[in-house]
Amino acid sequence: MVDRYLEDGILDGRLDAGDYDGNFGDAHPPLDTHEALVAADRCYFCYDAPCVTACPTGIDIPKFIRQISTGNLDGSARTIFDQNILGGMCARVCPTETLCEQACVRETAEGKPVQIGLLQRHATDHAMSHGRQFYSRAAETGKSVAIIGAGPAGLACAHRLAMKGHAVVVYDAREKAGGLNEFGIATYKTVDDFAQHEVDYVTAIGGIEIITGKRLGDGLSIDGLSKAHDAVFVGIGLSGVNALGVDGEDDAAVANAVDFIAALRQASDLSTIPVGRRVMVIGGGMTAIDVATQAHLLGAQEVTIAYRRGREQMNASEVEQNQSTSKGVNIRHWMKPVEVTKTDSGSLLVKMEYTTLSGGKLAGTGKFQTFEVDQLFKAIGQTLEAGDALAGLTLEQGRIKVDESFRTSNPSVWAGGDCTTGGDDLTVTAVAQGRDAAESIHAALSA
Amino acid sequence: MADLRNDFVGIKSPNPFWLASAPPTDKEYNVVRAFKAGWGGVVWKTLGLDPHIVNVGGPRYGAIWGADRRLLGLNNIELITDRPLEVNLQEIKSVKRDWPDRAVVTSLMVPCEEPCWEEILRQVEDTGCDGVELNFGCPHGMSERGMGAAVGQVPEYIEMVTRWAKANTRMPVIVKLTPNITDVRYPARAAHAGGADAVSLINTISSIVSVDLDSFAPQPTIDGKGTHGGYCGPAVKPIALNMVAAIARDPETASLPISGIGGVTTWRDAAEFITLGAGNVQVCTAAMTYGFKIIDDLVEGLEQWMDNAGHADLDAIHGRAIPNVTEWQYLNLNYTTKARIDQDSCIKCGRCHIACEDTSHQAITNMVDGERRFEVIDEECVGCNLCVNVCPVESCITMEQIPSGDMDERTGKPVADEYGNWTMHPNNPMRDAAE
Ligand SMILES: Cc1cc2nc3c(=O)[nH]c(=O)nc-3n(C[C@H](O)[C@H](O)[C@H](O)COP(=O)(O)OP(=O)(O)OC[C@H]3O[C@@H](n4cnc5c(N)ncnc54)[C@H](O)[C@@H]3O)c2cc1C
Ligand code: SF4
Repeated sequence: MVDRYLEDGILDGRLDAGDYDGNFGDAHPPLDTHEALVAADRCYFCYDAPCVTACPTGIDIPKFIRQISTGNLDGSARTIFDQNILGGMCARVCPTETLCEQACVRETAEGKPVQIGLLQRHATDHAMSHGRQFYSRAAETGKSVAIIGAGPAGLACAHRLAMKGHAVVVYDAREKAGGLNEFGIATYKTVDDFAQHEVDYVTAIGGIEIITGKRLGDGLSIDGLSKAHDAVFVGIGLSGVNALGVDGEDDAAVANAVDFIAALRQASDLSTIPVGRRVMVIGGGMTAIDVATQAHLLGAQEVTIAYRRGREQMNASEVEQNQSTSKGVNIRHWMKPVEVTKTDSGSLLVKMEYTTLSGGKLAGTGKFQTFEVDQLFKAIGQTLEAGDALAGLTLEQGRIKVDESFRTSNPSVWAGGDCTTGGDDLTVTAVAQGRDAAESIHAALSA
Repeated sequence: MADLRNDFVGIKSPNPFWLASAPPTDKEYNVVRAFKAGWGGVVWKTLGLDPHIVNVGGPRYGAIWGADRRLLGLNNIELITDRPLEVNLQEIKSVKRDWPDRAVVTSLMVPCEEPCWEEILRQVEDTGCDGVELNFGCPHGMSERGMGAAVGQVPEYIEMVTRWAKANTRMPVIVKLTPNITDVRYPARAAHAGGADAVSLINTISSIVSVDLDSFAPQPTIDGKGTHGGYCGPAVKPIALNMVAAIARDPETASLPISGIGGVTTWRDAAEFITLGAGNVQVCTAAMTYGFKIIDDLVEGLEQWMDNAGHADLDAIHGRAIPNVTEWQYLNLNYTTKARIDQDSCIKCGRCHIACEDTSHQAITNMVDGERRFEVIDEECVGCNLCVNVCPVESCITMEQIPSGDMDERTGKPVADEYGNWTMHPNNPMRDAAE
């Protein structure tokens, strides 16, 4: 064990150089052929299968699993991609325990669902690693669509529009496409630069131009794009971060979880990422779990997630919670931060108030506990950075309002993914919405 | 504990489980392992005249599988023993000497000439084994040379060779029948007429188990070619049971002892064969799939079931199902059932619904009051049992008899309480003039 492991403060290189690869390796290693066949044999090929209903993209799961059993891996992948062109990423990041696998009748029967996510990965990995492309573009329509945001929503929308023969230009503020697939998803869920491979796989259909480093509001406007193109799709996700609203949160040792995760995802050498010995995370969603787990895997010795409500109210699924606690993360419930101060030695003192429900509302109890930590992460939700750029679009609950075909209040602008109301902030939902918006755009352009 | 001791045409064994003449009984080494494991007897791999035959040097087997690659059917193109006659005879002698309480029967296949049979029977008798089985069954390789199924498919040959065998040995003679015929009663009657002490059946079924889609050749593929083989394993059990029952029910052969063969894998299979008239059973594919250790479950399962049901010995179950096998025309057409789905054990896979909806009688719902729910619609249910068979959960769907007098919602008429079969049915143009 290196000395730095036990040192207070925010330091890089807390682990032996060789430990990083193991810690950040594939969380759910792929099934080999035999494992996949055994897993596929468990599928009952249900009628009107509940898993299909539970999948936001509506993949025909019994069909793709049957295709795996019968040795038709290409066909299986195609069944998946027909509904979800980012089926490879979804297979890795979907919280299947609350989606398709929760609905599996073998979950009902034996408490052990068919491993739908891993089977989906088996088929899509096969097709992608063999360079199988199943779609080609329809004849050029002469129409063009601008897409803002190259995350799952934007990419799914782009692919479907390209299939229909439209010319697509995707603008993204970041230097790389992929959205949170590239900058947000936990490292161990998407190893080996999969997000970029997937972007290449999706754009290989042709007719999709991705322009990175271009931000809406920064020389790009919805009006301008609407004039230059026949339609616009907005899939900019949520790039703002909620503040704690307590004194002391401006300290350099208080960081946004999403920024830390993004840095981690982009690092070519994980030992260069500094992390505290004692880390606290405020929040209760997937981001809180991911930042806590990854901080711990980077060598943070004591990691605590503090959430202001109970276990059941956490947005992170039970499986996600268990995965982090099994790695050594501590989860504390019913407490909220009230103040952050700094000690002379440079530690942070995070004063927490215990909370309770009073008349259905969250209330302070007047009882406090103070934690001494090196680093504090904020993971209490992302927000839409509206700004003037979205001025022409009606918002609802801080997100872009869309109708059932993902059209905004501006008839030539569609939107999907995290930036809209009504989704559940998952990759798979963003894909479904991007795809459906594309169908709606196509219908409008063909009218 | 139920008494499983078996006496089959005077051949005694501690239990009714023999290994069939096949690779598991090819040599002393295997047979000794089987006896150590607890098998009641063996039918030694079929002997022929020297020079011994040769087998292919490539694959001999092909298979079909169920879920989880459970072997359901096995196809083989192996021939009779490919070892010198003398080696086999020596080994049979030594095994019988070392294992006097186990049944050792020798399977034979030689050309259709009496001196050949006379010669080999004399030599086999010297081994001290308990009996012989005439292999009139193998459908491949040997039949093209006028042996095996080529004999078994011609009742006159069966009778002739059986007669020669009986004339040339004092040992019990069991005639092994091929299922590759249209009506198994004819070969069985021929064996009986020739003086056979028993018949054993079924041997394997002619089959092509699969085709390699790259080489376009049947499997197993030998240098680009394949040939039909003999099919066995769990998949053939229903065919075997039917043939065993046909012989047991035939007045001409009702007294002829039967050794039941064909897909016996569990103690249940064995019990079923025995209730349909088999005096014992022979096992091959199950042993070739799982090894000899399955004998433990075969013996203990049979014992336990017999104990629980109060059957003291094998005689107590032998042939018990025969009186209940009848012709379709004698089935009671007034007997009425409906499917019942136990909602507590239903896992809502919907397979019963789609099977009935797409392929049968549209008698199972998939939605009730907007909820995914599978219920039987009595007005449509013909009681066919398809839903029971496709349901993945045991006992979730059962068939319930509608008592006589109660309404059959499908026909709109009360269930008649008298027995009424097709021979009496008004729709039958050839019905018995009952009046
Ligand atoms: C830490 C973390 C972990 C997560 N883990 C999971 C998980 O395991 N499973 C899961 O299903 N979901 C997970 N999610 C949620 C999931 O990542 C999102 O729901 C999904 O990425 C939303 O896709 P999107 O296309 O709407 O937005 P994003 O993926 O956010 O993509 C938006 C894109 O728009 C670009 N953009 C933003 N503003 C502008 C602008 N003004 N101009 C131009 N471009 C702009 C961004 O650079 C980005 O590329 C996680 C989220 C986070 C934050
Ligand atoms: S996309 Fe996600 S929810 Fe849908 S089947 Fe695949 S793993 Fe399940």
